[in-house]
Amino acid sequence: MDVMLTQLFNGMSLGSIMLLIALGLAITFGLMNVINMAHGELIMIGAYMTYLTQLFFSHYAPESMHGFYFLIAIPIAFLVSALIGLLLEHFLIRHLYGRPLDSLLATWGISLILQQIARSIFGAPNVAVTAPDWLNGGLTLMGNVTFPYKRLFIIFLVVACIVGLYFYLYRTSAGRRMQAVTLNRGMASCLGISTRKVDAYAFALGSGLAGIAGCALTLIGPIGPSIGSYYIVDAFMVVVLGGVGKLAGTVAGGFLIGLLGTFLEYSTTATLAKVIVFALIIAFLQWKPSGLVNMRTRAFE
Amino acid sequence: MNSLIRSRSRMQWIGYVTFAAVLAIAPLFLSDFRLNLLGKFLSLAILALGLCLIWGYTGILSLGHGVYFGLGAYCMAMYLKLESAGGHLPDFMEWSGLTALPWFWKPFASPVFALGAAIFIPVLLAALIGYLTFRNRIRGVYFSILSQALVIILVTLFIGKQEYTGGTNGLTNFSTVFGFGLAAPEVQVAIYWITLAVLGLVFTFCLWLVHSRLGRLLIAIRDGENRVRFCGFNPTGYSVFVYCLSAAFAGLSGVLFVLQVGIISPAMMGIIPSVEMVLWVAVGGRQSLIGAVIGTIVTNGAKSFFSESYPEIWLILLGASFVIIVLFLPNGLVGLFEKIKGKLFITRERGAKDEQATHTVVS
Repeated sequence: MDVMLTQLFNGMSLGSIMLLIALGLAITFGLMNVINMAHGELIMIGAYMTYLTQLFFSHYAPESMHGFYFLIAIPIAFLVSALIGLLLEHFLIRHLYGRPLDSLLATWGISLILQQIARSIFGAPNVAVTAPDWLNGGLTLMGNVTFPYKRLFIIFLVVACIVGLYFYLYRTSAGRRMQAVTLNRGMASCLGISTRKVDAYAFALGSGLAGIAGCALTLIGPIGPSIGSYYIVDAFMVVVLGGVGKLAGTVAGGFLIGLLGTFLEYSTTATLAKVIVFALIIAFLQWKPSGLVNMRTRAFE
Repeated sequence: MNSLIRSRSRMQWIGYVTFAAVLAIAPLFLSDFRLNLLGKFLSLAILALGLCLIWGYTGILSLGHGVYFGLGAYCMAMYLKLESAGGHLPDFMEWSGLTALPWFWKPFASPVFALGAAIFIPVLLAALIGYLTFRNRIRGVYFSILSQALVIILVTLFIGKQEYTGGTNGLTNFSTVFGFGLAAPEVQVAIYWITLAVLGLVFTFCLWLVHSRLGRLLIAIRDGENRVRFCGFNPTGYSVFVYCLSAAFAGLSGVLFVLQVGIISPAMMGIIPSVEMVLWVAVGGRQSLIGAVIGTIVTNGAKSFFSESYPEIWLILLGASFVIIVLFLPNGLVGLFEKIKGKLFITRERGAKDEQATHTVVS
């Protein structure tokens, strides 16, 4: 029972991280049909922003403030990643609409460049971010099952992001415009929605979410220039499994892959778990080629 | 075959033959080291031809050809390893604590089996993956992502099963092939010529293929898969066929690669090498077979030049070249060449016509 509970918690934890990374991807992919291979590097930027905020606080802020750097780091990571995403959209992605494979290759090129730049600024070795004191320790349940606060905080952060995103997408006019463009770009454009603006904001939003994901990853382990590439392929699998265009699909896909991966890893080996998860995804796509939740559109191709 | 000869202008044939002739006499004027490098590039060009067929002609972007390349190379390397071990257990197995040769290693003592497996195993895997995905119309970026996941899985598998695959170090320290010493310069020159001959055969075959009815169908699948379907063709079979063909070329390329380089490790089939393979084709011009060969030689030449002297610049250059090619040179070096040629020699009307032609097929 204890083991099951621990595994369940670990699965939820992994799933929530996957989800946080996949959310941004799902937005840009659903809206613009652009696969952003540089998403992993936006995560890395978010992680390094957290590191920089910590450095800044430990040098210039009074001792009593040190614990709060993490709360400041989250918006900073979001904004910096979103800004870089905006630049990326303006100078590159915009010119590649309708050419999804080309935008995939170009953003992959960007990801290599960003990784190399990070390597020359921060050095190739990993740097560690020390978590604030109030995140150390854990919540002990039923005597011997401990849920670390860090992991709980990440789950909380992800839930907050999803709730925020839900309200943005379904309750604000900007979000509704985004929905409209996702559903039918041509018609939305005819009705006076500036699709170019919507695309730019959506890309910035997706990038910003990547930044928050990077911030969360600093709680789990040390960060390095290639931190993003560890998670990115799995995050893409979440998008493929979850289906495109609906938040619910991504959420389900993230937790499914997280839970499945953790349980398989526990009962077999890490290597075998990866193989089985991949095989299961391929098998699932035989049954539902468009993923768990697919949006009804009239588009044919 | 006649239509093939007719479809090419005489100038182009002269170009191909001269290019082949220069490559054939390369052993006369290149040092052993440079020749080995060139031979390596030529073996990789075989893989690039396969990628050109599947990406440039059929419109399916595979980011996972490192897998097929690696499988082919490992099959050959297993044979080489067993031959150099001379009946004993290969060294890395002893270090990992194995006492007997695993059953699936045993048949690789036969070179014929190893060669067959180096092509057959990639084709089998490609057929399985291709059928399961293309059948469900999983294409475009979805397929690219799945193919990339395949790379990660195979690489983790190969690193994880150290006792069977040699782990991160891969397979190396080979001595002989078919009884000839691999280190001898004459043997390396012979392998170079074999590589060139295989490349020539594969190139001619691809050229024939893309100008056949099948080739036209592939282009049709790329430009409008559903229209092809409505015309009464089933694109699945054709897509799977081309995917398998490119996997076979990748396996073949792996065999020739391992013979010249003498090592294969998971790092050579990982994500970055797999995407680099796409760049070779993109640099040359994705819809051009000769472009794939030239692109492979140019890109790898640049890589060995830069990574010898400035390894950190190479990665930035690699990334930048993706961006530049996608934004400004979608038809690669061949497209650039055609553009310059059109501007220099041909009157405006002809030039416009040529421009249109490059949009459909450049080869």
